[in-house]
Amino acid sequence: MTIKTIIDIVSLWTLPTIILIILTTAIIRKIPIYETFIEGAKDGVKVSINIIPYLAAIIVAISMLRASGAIDSLANLLSPILNKLSMPADILPLAIVRSLSGSAALGVFSDIISTHDINSYVSKLAAIMLGSSETTFYVLTVYFGAVGIKKYRYALLTGLSADFIGIAMAIIVTRFFFG
Amino acid sequence: MNYIWYFLIVISIIFGAVNGTIDQVARAIFLGCELTVKIVLTLIGIMTFWLGIMKIAEKSGIVEFLSKLLKPIAKVIFPEIPKDSPIIGDVAMNFTANALGLANAATPIGIKAMEGMQEINKDKESASNSMCTLLAMNTAGFQLIPATVIAILAANGCENPTQIIVPTLIVTGTAFISAILIAKLFSKIFPPQQNSEAKYDN
Repeated sequence: MTIKTIIDIVSLWTLPTIILIILTTAIIRKIPIYETFIEGAKDGVKVSINIIPYLAAIIVAISMLRASGAIDSLANLLSPILNKLSMPADILPLAIVRSLSGSAALGVFSDIISTHDINSYVSKLAAIMLGSSETTFYVLTVYFGAVGIKKYRYALLTGLSADFIGIAMAIIVTRFFFG
Repeated sequence: MNYIWYFLIVISIIFGAVNGTIDQVARAIFLGCELTVKIVLTLIGIMTFWLGIMKIAEKSGIVEFLSKLLKPIAKVIFPEIPKDSPIIGDVAMNFTANALGLANAATPIGIKAMEGMQEINKDKESASNSMCTLLAMNTAGFQLIPATVIAILAANGCENPTQIIVPTLIVTGTAFISAILIAKLFSKIFPPQQNSEAKYDN
């Protein structure tokens, strides 16, 4: 068995295993799991509905941008650099937006996978890049804002450096597994 | 975000006009809206299910249990915080909730940790080293299951969407550890807080 197949199996088992552990622990502790599930699930509906305006805003903008040919032009312009980095041009908007807004990143991601083959390198890279992202600017604003910190010192630079490492790692890992 | 959005749309229209693709740009508006609805419809299902499961995780004490295990590590990462302070517990809890994708639970606990750190902070307007480290942990976005991404992949006909779990974990894990290390490094390089008595050797 190669590393890839082992990791595929681990990936496959993670989700069912986590669900099993959660449900079993809850039953042992006599948590009313059905009612609790419904309670949490209602939040899920709300979250999904609340995200619609954000998604509409960004998905429409990105669709327009691609339809206009602007992304292709940018890709041609940057292709020598992007090729060296194994970074498809369509990924570029995602790499930028993932630190700014979670719903925007989700919108860009949806756009990418609807215009590429779902099993393609681009789709996998986009998925991994989005799955490993957190909206740095939002987190800083919320956490520092809550306690009235005005000087962030090196916090933003740290966050952005980590984002950059995340992007680089996403490319390396995707190339290894799905390249 | 205001300027980015404006920029995206204006660039599209200008490019459309210049390239003669304005008909496609106009059509993209409606296609984009259609795609939005499609995405949201697929999201409702998985978000509903996943947040339901996560509510059970929250109530069953799994978060508390895991954060207890992580406390010793948190003590090492946050040397400025007194060893027996409840802040350490909040930090561990914040991390655990984030790792499980419980953003709604993670943020209030994280802010509680920030408030605790603010109490022992010497300069109330400037971020302490502990605060920067906590934010480094939060901005790196460590998460065990990227549920939303998996949902969208599945909805778009991906046969094996959970295939991305381990690769994503490797990426986010590396970013997470790097974030903490970078924060530690920067705390040495950057000038200390003005009112801080911490030693500064360069």
